[in-house]
Amino acid sequence: MSVLDAKIPEGPIKEKWTNHKNNINVVNPANKRLIDVIVVGTGLAGGSAAASLAEMGYAVKAFCFQDSPRRAHSIAAQGGINAAKNYQNDGDSVYRLFYDTVKGGDYRGREANVYRLAEVSANIIDQCVAQGVPFAREYGGLLDNRSFGGVLVSRTFYAKGQTGQQLLLGAYSAMNRQIGKGKIKMYNRHEMLDVVVVGGKARGIIARNLITGSIERHSAHAVVIASGGYGNVFFLSTNAMGSNVTAAWKIHKKGAFFANPCYTQIHPTCIPRSGDYQSKLTLMSESLRNDGRIWVPKNKEDVEAIRNGSKKPVELSEEERDYYLERRYPAFGNLVPRDVASRAAKERCDAGYGVNQTGEAVFLDFASAIQRYGKEAATVNHEPDASKERIIELGAEVIKNKYGNLFQMYEKIVDQNPYKTPMMIYPAVHYTMGGIWVDYNLMTTIPGCYAAGEANFSDHGANRLGASALMQGLADGYFVLPYTMGDYLADEIRTGPIPTDSPEFDQAEKDVRGIIDTLMNVKGTKSVDHFHKELGMVMWNNAGMARNETDLKAAIAKIRKIREEFWKDVRIPGEATELNSELEKAIRVADFLELGELFAKDALERNESCGGHFREESVEIGGEQEGEAKRDDVNFKYVSAWEWTGDPGEAKLHKEELEFKDIELKTRSYK
Amino acid sequence: MSETTMNLTLKIWRQKDAKSKGKIVSYPISGISGHMSFLEMMDVLNEQLINEGQEPVAFDHDCREGICGSCSLHINGEAHGPDRGVTTCQLHMRMFKDGDTIFIEPFRAKAFPVIKDLIVDRTSFDRIQHAGGFISVNTSGNTQDANSIPIPKADADKAFDAATCIGCGACVASCKNASAMLYVSAKVAQFSLLPQGKVEAKDRVLNMVEQMDKEGFGNCTNTGACEVECPKGISLENIARMNNEYLKASITREA
Repeated sequence: MSVLDAKIPEGPIKEKWTNHKNNINVVNPANKRLIDVIVVGTGLAGGSAAASLAEMGYAVKAFCFQDSPRRAHSIAAQGGINAAKNYQNDGDSVYRLFYDTVKGGDYRGREANVYRLAEVSANIIDQCVAQGVPFAREYGGLLDNRSFGGVLVSRTFYAKGQTGQQLLLGAYSAMNRQIGKGKIKMYNRHEMLDVVVVGGKARGIIARNLITGSIERHSAHAVVIASGGYGNVFFLSTNAMGSNVTAAWKIHKKGAFFANPCYTQIHPTCIPRSGDYQSKLTLMSESLRNDGRIWVPKNKEDVEAIRNGSKKPVELSEEERDYYLERRYPAFGNLVPRDVASRAAKERCDAGYGVNQTGEAVFLDFASAIQRYGKEAATVNHEPDASKERIIELGAEVIKNKYGNLFQMYEKIVDQNPYKTPMMIYPAVHYTMGGIWVDYNLMTTIPGCYAAGEANFSDHGANRLGASALMQGLADGYFVLPYTMGDYLADEIRTGPIPTDSPEFDQAEKDVRGIIDTLMNVKGTKSVDHFHKELGMVMWNNAGMARNETDLKAAIAKIRKIREEFWKDVRIPGEATELNSELEKAIRVADFLELGELFAKDALERNESCGGHFREESVEIGGEQEGEAKRDDVNFKYVSAWEWTGDPGEAKLHKEELEFKDIELKTRSYK
Repeated sequence: MSETTMNLTLKIWRQKDAKSKGKIVSYPISGISGHMSFLEMMDVLNEQLINEGQEPVAFDHDCREGICGSCSLHINGEAHGPDRGVTTCQLHMRMFKDGDTIFIEPFRAKAFPVIKDLIVDRTSFDRIQHAGGFISVNTSGNTQDANSIPIPKADADKAFDAATCIGCGACVASCKNASAMLYVSAKVAQFSLLPQGKVEAKDRVLNMVEQMDKEGFGNCTNTGACEVECPKGISLENIARMNNEYLKASITREA
């Protein structure tokens, strides 16, 4: 019998959330102010949770490692946010959003959570508009929508290419209102380094003031971890430089199970690596695949000629190009889901068809779209005799209106004009579907400790659909936690303030100081980045887009070795009692070095292909689906929740069996 | 795609902490590719310093794609360096030539005290937002339907343009008065253009301007350097809009 209880409410899926809200405990307003809540992270999930909890009357303390809550990495999300509003009258509904999300996640998400997400999605848009978030509008003054990959309706709300920024600034403004009232106490430039568990309950955290280096104790009746994803375990990703797993990993080591760590989203359209000095990768929005055609040359001679500059890509005729997505997936073509598009690019590059110096790039070509739009524009403009050049000019104008900011960004980075020559793109780590295991109430396996947003594992299964991350972050923070936490906190009204001088706080602080002292005293020869890059290489080569038993076993051995060397040979200049960026990085990389091993172990254990997790041993043999990912519902229809036992290699697996009562299990086909 | 690299001299502001005195220190650096971003060049320098047993240069940075607003730096006397419409993290080394000397300093303003090396304290910006940079609406599952408030597209677009401010502080660093008017006006303008924001418009502008003055930012003398250096192209028109709002509010607000 599993120790995991997902606490999914009884009743039909449509009524679960409503019934649950009606049946759970609430805390009376006078008592709320006697209850402290700590929120770690101020992105969409943490920021919205902190603001909502403070509005309700709880005394909130919010923490972020950046210099302001507005800098959390949710700010960088480009495309949009999904909501089942059906403003376009195209048949969208809560059920359809629920269905698309479960299917898009390759049937590895929890039905009840996903349904609730779809259910509250419409409220998010209402809430954000009321806060003054300037979403894109039509000329009639109503909200505009666009469509995204993997779905058949237009349900994505957006603010040009800066939707994440606008939503985060909305949550930030809601926080500011509460900070101004003294209901949220904000701790900028603070990093959580441990959770304190007293009598089996989360009762506070140990944090380091990043300016002074002082170690602080903060107590509360409940702790929310909203610290984002762990894509930076790969070193290179589209995450911000500071994005890290530390808060999540620390609660894991204190008893919170870590679920599906191997589920990683590798986004197909990012700007390729240009050299060893590369510090991060930049995403080019998925929306580009609406008009861009992806290809590599058919012949190796042309690949070589393009790489050495003797031939330009535009010189290749149609017959000399391999539009491999259109060839392999005629039904969906360039608009297959992210995991499928990424693997196909890797397949071509591994076969030697990569088009840049590193051999890791494919073309994303807008020439056909420019021609098509140019001809349309010429017709509309009554220019039947428009010259070839005029058509290109008109077409480029249309493309500029749709994707201008992305084209400009590309040109600034690569120094090539994407209107004239195809973009070069390659997949990059973008999002992690795995994370801290939570029940229906978003509580972890530590009572009183919650996880929200990308930090938890719950809603996206093995693959997240575009424009669903923003939706989940805000759903968790605005509309789920404020209710579910009340149920737990109702029992805390007589507890009184939590003292910080208990033996548990003493021990936690001592442990944190111990780690810092050890790190500072290694006084080795290599920088933190050196180890982080080594780890990233192993993760990318052995546990990246395609995984197999041999590589994963090798990865585990290599990571253990890097970890050992890290603790023997890392060099951190400066002192621990001052602002020390290298120490900050070292603490985070130490945790990545443990998580990386659990990641590989999880990938090894899951001997099936599902969503972003592709095992080379598990592919379809014969028939139309030949060579495609093969999911194994008989043996792997569960959530892997790992329990810390003192060493990542010895983590204990618990399984939460997934039940699909409202959606029929099917093979995803994009042929 | 030339593979030639550059040798440069970096003159960088080093300051141990808020209380210590700072100074410019010279660092030679070689093998810099034009494809590197400015901050990747700084990474190379820091790796070099760590290997030599020295303390690396501290600077703020996070997203490295021009949206979080963490990175700052005054490069050769310009906020975010010589390119236009980019933050320091989007600035590329191809903007420089082999043999160049590059001065790298923190953003300078009384309201942005230096914390260490190139890192400054910009929490004064947050405190201005606490004073009124919001619409007072509680989270509620019963908020009126989003489409019940139609907003003319032109207004919505203008509000969006103002809202794209990333709060980096380049406007303050570029202004001879260290004024925060562009930053404050971007938020005031965003909300004054939207019907949701009109209810509290008067209190908002008065409170935010009061806090801005308290923080020690200077006043605006319409030089326009802020608009030139702003990586997001926030328009000076926002300042005019804020002045208009401020005047209206100070005359008509009930005591």
